[in-house]
Amino acid sequence: MPELSRDEVRHLADLARIDLSDAELEHLAPQLNVILESVASIQGVAGDDVVATSHPIPMTNVFRDDVVVPGLTPVQALAGAPAKEDDKFSVPRILGDEQ
Amino acid sequence: MSWIYRTAAEQAAALAAGEVTSVELTQAHLDQIAAVDDGGEGVHAFLHVDADGALAQAMASDERRASGSPLHELDGVPIAVKDVLTTIGLPTTCGSKMLEGWVPPYDATVVAKLKAAGLPILGKTNMDEFAMGSSTENSAYGPTRNPWDHTRIPGGSGGGSAAAVAAFEAPLALGTDTGGSIRQPGAMTGTVGVKPTYGSVSRYGLVALANSLDQVGPVTRTVLDSALLQELIGGHDPKDSTSVPTPVTGLVEAARQGGTKDLAGVKVGVVKELAGDAWQTGVMQRFEESVALLRQMGAEIVEVSLPSFVHAMAAYYLILPAECSSNLAKFDAMRYGLRVTPEGSPSAEDVMKVSRDAGFGDEVKRRIMIGTYALSSGYYDAYYGQAQKIRTLIIEDFKKAFEQVDVLVSPTAPSTAFPIGEKVDDPLSMYLQDLATIPANLAGVPGISLPSGLAPEDGLPTGVQFLAPVLEDARLYRVGAALETALFEQWGGQIVPPAYKEN
Amino acid sequence: MSDTLPGLIDFDEVLEKFDPAMGLEVHVELNTNTKMFCGCPTTFGGAPNTQVCPTCLGLPGAMPVVNAKAVESAIRIGLALNCEIAEWCRFARKNYFYPDMPKNFQTSQYDEPIAFDGYLDVDVEGETYRIEIERAHMEEDTGKATHVGGSTGRIHGADYSLIDYNRAGIPLIEIVTRPILGAGEKAPQVARAYVSALRDLIKALGVSDVRMDQGSMRCDVNLSLAPKGSKVLGTRSETKNVNSLRSVERAVRFEMSRHAGVLLSGGSVLQETRHFHEDDGTTSPGREKSDAEDYRYFPEPDLVPVAPSRAWVDELRTTLPEPPAERRARLQASWGYTDLEMRDVINADAIELIEETVAAGAAPQAARKWWLSEISRRANEAGVELASAGVSPAQVAEVQQLIDEGTLNDKLARQVFDGLFAGEGTPAQIIEKRGLALVSDDGPLLTAIEEALAAQPDIADKIRGGNHKAAGAIVGAVMKATRGQADAARVQQLIIEKLA
Ligand SMILES: [Mg+2]
Ligand SMILES: [Zn+2]
Repeated sequence: MPELSRDEVRHLADLARIDLSDAELEHLAPQLNVILESVASIQGVAGDDVVATSHPIPMTNVFRDDVVVPGLTPVQALAGAPAKEDDKFSVPRILGDEQ
Repeated sequence: MSWIYRTAAEQAAALAAGEVTSVELTQAHLDQIAAVDDGGEGVHAFLHVDADGALAQAMASDERRASGSPLHELDGVPIAVKDVLTTIGLPTTCGSKMLEGWVPPYDATVVAKLKAAGLPILGKTNMDEFAMGSSTENSAYGPTRNPWDHTRIPGGSGGGSAAAVAAFEAPLALGTDTGGSIRQPGAMTGTVGVKPTYGSVSRYGLVALANSLDQVGPVTRTVLDSALLQELIGGHDPKDSTSVPTPVTGLVEAARQGGTKDLAGVKVGVVKELAGDAWQTGVMQRFEESVALLRQMGAEIVEVSLPSFVHAMAAYYLILPAECSSNLAKFDAMRYGLRVTPEGSPSAEDVMKVSRDAGFGDEVKRRIMIGTYALSSGYYDAYYGQAQKIRTLIIEDFKKAFEQVDVLVSPTAPSTAFPIGEKVDDPLSMYLQDLATIPANLAGVPGISLPSGLAPEDGLPTGVQFLAPVLEDARLYRVGAALETALFEQWGGQIVPPAYKEN
Repeated sequence: MSDTLPGLIDFDEVLEKFDPAMGLEVHVELNTNTKMFCGCPTTFGGAPNTQVCPTCLGLPGAMPVVNAKAVESAIRIGLALNCEIAEWCRFARKNYFYPDMPKNFQTSQYDEPIAFDGYLDVDVEGETYRIEIERAHMEEDTGKATHVGGSTGRIHGADYSLIDYNRAGIPLIEIVTRPILGAGEKAPQVARAYVSALRDLIKALGVSDVRMDQGSMRCDVNLSLAPKGSKVLGTRSETKNVNSLRSVERAVRFEMSRHAGVLLSGGSVLQETRHFHEDDGTTSPGREKSDAEDYRYFPEPDLVPVAPSRAWVDELRTTLPEPPAERRARLQASWGYTDLEMRDVINADAIELIEETVAAGAAPQAARKWWLSEISRRANEAGVELASAGVSPAQVAEVQQLIDEGTLNDKLARQVFDGLFAGEGTPAQIIEKRGLALVSDDGPLLTAIEEALAAQPDIADKIRGGNHKAAGAIVGAVMKATRGQADAARVQQLIIEKLA
């Protein structure tokens, strides 16, 4: 079980879009390592012959008919928006590209 | 006797008999909330009380009753709702600063069902932030106190719902259980809590913690009340793709049958892996007494082993963080919720990061980071993939066990309620609280926790848990009601926090 | 728009030294009534945030439910591309933060696509290329951001952005090819031909509008170069949102030259996304693909697996349209085009247009003539697709009918097209407005003939003498006098009659 370095913890925080202060990093990093160490015990427990379960109750093919149902009004949709303009959500400038 | 000390079934019967109105019932509970919930040292079970709304619903209920057309057996009986379920017009914060002030434009399916059945909604109950925790100390709005001892935790994440019911602030409450968040608070507060079969109660409108584990369920003071509430909230929901098509029925009937204390022909398996040195003495003592009572009522008791249970905790603490790291990505300060804008001309990404840092508490951050790690390329197979395989092994263990026995039994939690603050910075020891409850969530099977007495060493409630096969929730109610009846006979009624006894 | 380039290499030189490998990723928006996972409508152009609900807005607690029609469309696309259809597959979450994506994960498919291992045969100058399809999977579209402030209205330099989530959750099918190797100098044309054939196929399936100009079909072009003869693929660039057939061809050509320039100057190609610029046909760098890009895929726990029964798949197989190659052969036979004519039609991407023009009543040769000459020329000048040139097949058929009726001649018809391109209304309105109809009354023609004969008596004598060819000069004069609005054949006839 490799110990997470502070840089790795910072990288995880970046991936998760959390702006951790140095103090927080100091506080959380050892806790994360304790947790990871304890969950590492499962490695190797189940072999290749064991299938993974993603859904506890096996079901398939749950579909919806292609029929329009009423949704929200723009007023409802935007009611919780931190900022809005012209019935659109206003967000700070976007860096990086669309995917 | 004040109405608040009656069970929900008794309150419903009194409404039907015209002995009380819903407005009177609702007002009595609002009065109790006002008396015990507020203030620096109150229970703090509620994050939001909707007195006006509840009374308006109660008045409408009374009108229906007067015109001879109540909507449901529980029409007019008030209820509290965990703040993780969306409610039109009522704030829904999930115990997080992130959602402070957010008012959903839609009702969770279970909330819509409560409304359609005429139950006045008293308010929204406190919880660990985004349901992450076993003590309700992770609420951004301050902890809920255990009615048995205000210096102790009420369990979690649904400590608010359990404490509200234990302190007679509500006869019924809704909780959600991802790894024990209904059952463990039940054990801590001396109340009944049920995690139904996965998919048998709609999750639509439940703000997801871990989608493949979450389930909405009843929080009550008696097994029968839970049966009434589960039958009301259960059933297929086309808005929830994981909702099972088969309705789970016969719960009330099973609870009434259990009340006759006849368990002849019922095989009960004591789970070998859910006992040992780590378990508090008083918890084990009350558990063994409960098992003895079951035997006295005719049940056949056998010990069964579910060997993969030893890996359940680790699997759970990978699957849950993985799912929640993705679920909580939507809290990004763009469309709703907290937005913190740093100095200068920050980008959207800057605002997301700063807002998420400000809006989430430590436990949420820990789990998001663990989940992010477990899903990242290079680690997926070793962590998340492996955890999903453990899940398969646990499901197989349950299958084999249920070939031998009708239900499984264990203590609900390894200890009684611990002091507030004791485990806040020790996530691992906090996680151990859910040792016994987690396997049911991983496998989707139903589970119930009911009070098994008070631990002699500290006088605090202990809980006993039954588990049944998928869709066989009725078995829980039969066995649970039988044990409850036997225990109530010993105790002379339900156990009540001393400070909350009617005088 | 392009960044500093280390020199573009001449296309022929690129081919001397390198072999190109292409990969094409095409996103197709389905034309279902509702979104992929909720009941919101998908109609294009609605007022902002009027086609949203808790699910597609990513509100806490909301859950997705799969649109059956979208699954059906995905399977039909898969079958039409000769794919295997998965017996069992799941949706997965693709996790990344972006403000136009309400949940900050895209519900997509990862290692279990609904369709896989197919192919599409495309023709380029009489040669058939088999494009192998790796997969076709289901996913959802994002919302749309408009960028406010700054000078360009583009994302970079904007002060802030406004987001409309009407598009968020519209069903997409992403179709991914295996690396396309061995196309050599024809790589740009093969890429174009593939996208064109795919578009026609999906249009024939009726599952999408496939309007590249409206974004209901979008193409990403991956390209890499390997030293000639090497089997190892080079580092690829990924040019995003190349949104016309012509641009697909240009993007491949540009990237080949750019890669070669980088490689020949001793540099190495960056694995990055690039933007295509319609105006000058260049690309510029976008985001560098780094390790930080880790989508953390995992099976979507809110959706259960999709396991299409073989009976359903077989039933859908019977609904497939005619395969494109067979269709082309059938149309060529019915139109009576030569191989060469047909090839030109295919290259001009005019099959559908001609088919519709013929269906509207025009003769096949006439339809071909207008689309491949007059309209193609104008589309090229404007730098747009033939289909977007501003003339509809019905209008072409109408113009041709007016010619057949004798109301117009070819020369006047071209003026009608001028009017159509200028947006002056229907052909009838343009004829009226511009006064273009042929003079059908003999009176004014006879007057003009007399004037012309009087002006050129020597020619009149030649005609009288039996030299009918000489009448051409008089016809020309009459045409000039009537500003082209005379029927030349009728004028000729009148001259001969008059001088007989
Ligand atoms: Mg995609
Ligand atoms: Zn929607």
